[in-house]
Amino acid sequence: MTTTALESLALPREDYAYGFLDAFAKRELRRRTLKAIAIPGYQVPYASRELPIARGWGTGGLQVSLSLVGPESVIKVIDQGSDDSVNAANLRRFITRMSGAATTTDVLEATIIQSRHRIPEEVLREEQALVLQVPDPEPLRAVQSDSSKTHQMHADSDYSQLWLVLYEQLVRYKQYLQGASYPSLVNGRYVISPSPIPRWDTPKLHQAAHLTLLSAGREKRLYAVPPYTDVYPLEFSDVPFQVEDQRTWADAVTGVVNKFMNEIPQVDGTSAYEVSDSGYLDKLVAQQQGERQAFGATYYDDEGNFYKDGYLKALVRPQ
Amino acid sequence: MAISKPLSALSNGRLETARLLHETPLLRAMALTKRYGRIAAVEDVSLEVYAGEVLGIVGESGSGKSTVLRLLNLEELPDAGEYQLDLPDYTDENLFELDRFARREVAALHIGMVYQNPHLGLRMRYTSSGNVAERLLMTGEREYAVLRQVARESLSASEFPLDRMDDPPRVLSGGMQQRVQLAKAIALRPRILLLDEPTTGLDVSVQAAVLDTLKRLQRDLRLAMILVSHDLGVIRTLADRVMVMRGGRVIEMGLTDQVLDDPQHAYTQQLVHAKL
Repeated sequence: MTTTALESLALPREDYAYGFLDAFAKRELRRRTLKAIAIPGYQVPYASRELPIARGWGTGGLQVSLSLVGPESVIKVIDQGSDDSVNAANLRRFITRMSGAATTTDVLEATIIQSRHRIPEEVLREEQALVLQVPDPEPLRAVQSDSSKTHQMHADSDYSQLWLVLYEQLVRYKQYLQGASYPSLVNGRYVISPSPIPRWDTPKLHQAAHLTLLSAGREKRLYAVPPYTDVYPLEFSDVPFQVEDQRTWADAVTGVVNKFMNEIPQVDGTSAYEVSDSGYLDKLVAQQQGERQAFGATYYDDEGNFYKDGYLKALVRPQ
Repeated sequence: MAISKPLSALSNGRLETARLLHETPLLRAMALTKRYGRIAAVEDVSLEVYAGEVLGIVGESGSGKSTVLRLLNLEELPDAGEYQLDLPDYTDENLFELDRFARREVAALHIGMVYQNPHLGLRMRYTSSGNVAERLLMTGEREYAVLRQVARESLSASEFPLDRMDDPPRVLSGGMQQRVQLAKAIALRPRILLLDEPTTGLDVSVQAAVLDTLKRLQRDLRLAMILVSHDLGVIRTLADRVMVMRGGRVIEMGLTDQVLDDPQHAYTQQLVHAKL
């Protein structure tokens, strides 16, 4: 009679499951993700798991990234455009430690890009996934604090109160005030709050080749903009939506214009500017120093024109 | 458009037959019943309103007047009863049986409501014009210039001073707040206007001015109105017919002059003769 040791039948013991989350958690997240992709813009509730970082520091995005990651993935994590902030570096290190995936700062090489509040300047491709960390997924929160009522409003497609807010802004300030997280209509059905990405980035979601997943860990909501889906910011037909006007801002080091800039106050009261997308900026600097760099097409060209003709309209101010 | 015809039109032969005889009522509510727990707020109330007619509802506090109005505004659903409006798409349909989405659409498009308490009907921190524009936004208007134009027209129709159209209602006087509510209610040119004690709490001179506006609007737009009030003076000024309610039931109904000058029911007699 031969006896089989129990150890020889089981997988070797490991301290953590692959990608930190256990199989059930990953399966649940993948199912929710599929549902979110099937209903563009719809907020799918999910069981947000405990992670070794605090709620509010990107747990929503991190869980989605961990459910997507594989050994052959290449991870890029950005925080307000920057690859080297503490938060971005920690998340990137955690994902690679738990999955063995490679990391990069070059958006062209990445397969999964987890981002806090920016979409990179270079156009993303079909095989890439953008994971956005979301603090507040509910666009109606500001006008309706009762979440059972906001669910009903989403079901009825009743967004008149958001339009009323825009009307009030136009009456008082002659322009739309919302700077980030500009409410946008996805696939003609659901209005989403596209995480606090600046207005500059909102048009990049429209008919994008890549998949965008937006996940709020604390609020336990997950929603998606699938590839090639219409995304329109809310705008009155005679007062077009505008992106930030930074036409006169040039990067202090490279002199690049018409990319989204960080404003850096100077001692003498003036401002210097720096391209917010640090991965892109690093490549520009390296090229100026004589290294050969590969660049992808950018969403906005050097004249500030958006890559989809006619999507952004000319500036008009209401009377 | 005025509805009164010149005398010559009447004198060339026959007089018109009464509209009651050949027109279908614009609004028809049958056997409305609404209970809150053990309390029957409204019991077996039926009423009809014709186009361009003003129906007054009088009664003491707690007699169910406001509940009837909330039911007719489709804010609440009754425990029993039917409700029909003579509208192109909804003829002979019981509006209480529509789904939530359709009910909201009917209420937004065809029914205007003015509340006694402006806090119920207005967003106090938004501009007055925004309050009016909200009605259009609900029906899908997405052109800013149109919203401004309609807000301006509606507010001036309710005799609201246009230089204050972008002030929020919270800084306006009570009379002006009621005018904003009125402008909001008529923004989409509804067929029927529901008024819940629209002038209660206003002083007599402002009350008279608001009643004047109401009367003119009713004539110009040929609105059907249901006016709830405990003030018999208001009812006498505006209403064609009057309905007296007590304890959730209708106890008397008839032409205003008839009911107020020659009340039949003991309670109505008491009401008419009650003076401080």
